[in-house]
Amino acid sequence: MKLVVGHLYPEYLNIYADRGNIAVLERRTAWRGIELDYRTIGLRDTVRPAEHDLYYVGGGQDREQALVAPDLAAKGPALIEAVEAGAAFLAVCGGYQLLGNFYRDRSGAELPGIGLLPQHTVAGERRMIGDVLLECELEPGDARTLAGFENHAGRTYLDEGAEPLGRVVSGFGNNGQDGFEGCRVAGAVGTYLHGPLLPRNPWLADWLIARALSRRLGETVALEPLTDDLEASAHAVSSERARRRGGRF
Amino acid sequence: MIGQAALSASPVRVRAGEVPSFEGGKGGRRLASVRLRAEIAFARAAGRLSRLAGRGGGTTIPGKILATVDPAGLGKLARRLPLGSAIVSATNGKTTTAAMVAEIVGDRVELAHNRAGANLVSGVASALLAADGADLGLFEVDEGAFPDVAGRVRPQAVCLGNLFRDQLDRYGELEHIAERWRGAVADLDPAAWTVVNADDPLLADIARGRAEAVRFGIDDPSVARERLPHAADSKYCRTCGAPYDYAAAYVGHLGDYRCPHSHEVRGGLDVAAKSIELTGLQGSSFDLVTPEGTRRISLSLPGLYNVYNALAAASLSLVLGAGLDDIEAGLGRFRAAFGRFERITAGDRSLLLLLVKNPAGANEVVRTLVDAGAPARLLIALNDEIADGRDVSWIWDVDFEPLIEALQELVVSGARAEELALRFKYGGLDPAKIALVPDLGAALEYGVETTPAGGELVVLPTYTAMLALRHIASEQGLVRPYWEEAVG
Repeated sequence: MKLVVGHLYPEYLNIYADRGNIAVLERRTAWRGIELDYRTIGLRDTVRPAEHDLYYVGGGQDREQALVAPDLAAKGPALIEAVEAGAAFLAVCGGYQLLGNFYRDRSGAELPGIGLLPQHTVAGERRMIGDVLLECELEPGDARTLAGFENHAGRTYLDEGAEPLGRVVSGFGNNGQDGFEGCRVAGAVGTYLHGPLLPRNPWLADWLIARALSRRLGETVALEPLTDDLEASAHAVSSERARRRGGRF
Repeated sequence: MIGQAALSASPVRVRAGEVPSFEGGKGGRRLASVRLRAEIAFARAAGRLSRLAGRGGGTTIPGKILATVDPAGLGKLARRLPLGSAIVSATNGKTTTAAMVAEIVGDRVELAHNRAGANLVSGVASALLAADGADLGLFEVDEGAFPDVAGRVRPQAVCLGNLFRDQLDRYGELEHIAERWRGAVADLDPAAWTVVNADDPLLADIARGRAEAVRFGIDDPSVARERLPHAADSKYCRTCGAPYDYAAAYVGHLGDYRCPHSHEVRGGLDVAAKSIELTGLQGSSFDLVTPEGTRRISLSLPGLYNVYNALAAASLSLVLGAGLDDIEAGLGRFRAAFGRFERITAGDRSLLLLLVKNPAGANEVVRTLVDAGAPARLLIALNDEIADGRDVSWIWDVDFEPLIEALQELVVSGARAEELALRFKYGGLDPAKIALVPDLGAALEYGVETTPAGGELVVLPTYTAMLALRHIASEQGLVRPYWEEAVG
């Protein structure tokens, strides 16, 4: 079995330890005997929607995000096509913003996003920084929690009827107001949570891997469970941090 | 001469009322106003109380009280220093650099120096309060606090060592800090010296246009890295966005860089390190090349990052008027600032403490350990207090992987020990080799007990974990508390 992962702009968007998320995908596939073919997608590379089973895009500083934004716009239609055909996608922080409809900066100017996720972001004054805890239910009846750290000035607002990644238990979330965090469309998930996200939330890594495998094999796949004691301990400590000192206005 | 001789050539204590000022004229020490003197006495008493109450060294409390009682007090105190002040700031190495300068110039002038590392406005104010009769202010300043402190202290010289990504939750993005630094440097007195690491493109850019500048850097491709580390910052040309070509990359993004379209180039150096020899954990030596001549410098601190610290200290000392003899001797005598590279004897075993706090610094610690022969046992302690950074994601940007092959046991400790365990598990270390001991005292005890007699346990703590471990060691009588160390 083989999965092809496409990591968008790892040279530019890597500020919040994004390689930790990649390491989790690599190990958790390897431990199950699944081969993971990791490929980078850089500036001016062409995205062929049939090529990748799972995409990843991380966050960067403003300068780096501005450098990649026009290039990502050119890749947008192919990425949307890939997700419609079943590819999984994890976008974190700046990458999450770039997948939305648009980003409005402080001067009021709008930078178009690629419209893969039904949301838009408006630059804010005060940064939202701190530990976060979410309640999620990506699969009906399967309630889970996600623990992470957020650090963003942009306020993201979901379109009417759009599905968030989760509900905020502690922390700011998308905008510090509506209690939502992240956005989800089919196998694509965007979030402000870094930390990195996947090591202490391995269930989300497995959800992404399962979605990607299903795309590759054309049938639903159940992954064999792994020993996640350390992951569970880290999740518990991180959740406690969010409950005790998660950000709020 | 690249610097004005502010320090007298012979080791004579400068006398009040007859001191040469930085401008070369004579400046008398102003008497403290009655009000300021009362505030000083009050604030100093608070420092003693804080120590008696066992709440640490009282290294910031007097300054906090002064700031409350008299917000302009810091500037007033600084203006009383007959030789003015020098400020050292950087993401990494500011404590070590300032301590090196103190070793070089400290025999000749009385310093007001925040050597215990309290480097915000309150810590600088406390150092000024504690050093009555000082001639020269020497302050390491937190990179976020640099603009504020520089604006109040009005230094005669600033030394800018490097800017790396660090504690994004606290400082924000690197570009944001750089912009604030740019403003602070532009606002310096026109005659003030700017000593800058020319190997850092961001800093070279900030110092551009300063009349009185000293550019230091490394010029020895034999010690360059094969490639930029994973978490390298500032690696794109600030004008056109193209990745820099590196003739040599030394530490993080520091090196001999050049924009492929020649917008920005590292260019010539005023003070350089050449013919560098790194001798594992023992130290290093190099040729210090300056406009005043060349000296072979021996350092008892390991790693290329400490060569940068020594270059920064030598360059700043030169503009403060120190001679090459003092620089050579001072750097030769220098021993690491506490917790930075500190050996602590524990019975027939020893501990080697190496502070880690961000990817760039930790990468150099890892590189130095590996060059010296990677250890089989290691204790790493990760806390997430404000001084450590509440966001612990930075550990994933550290290239710990070169340590993994030799590791037989890794003890992970601190408030976020589990995150470290995951970092190494997903980095490829067999989880059976990881001992999870969150309590620092228990981890230290376990680590020492399981170290073979005569052996050494390498300990990599974050800042508050380092303070806590030293506290535990001092309670066991192994080391002196840091505030005693600082004044002793």
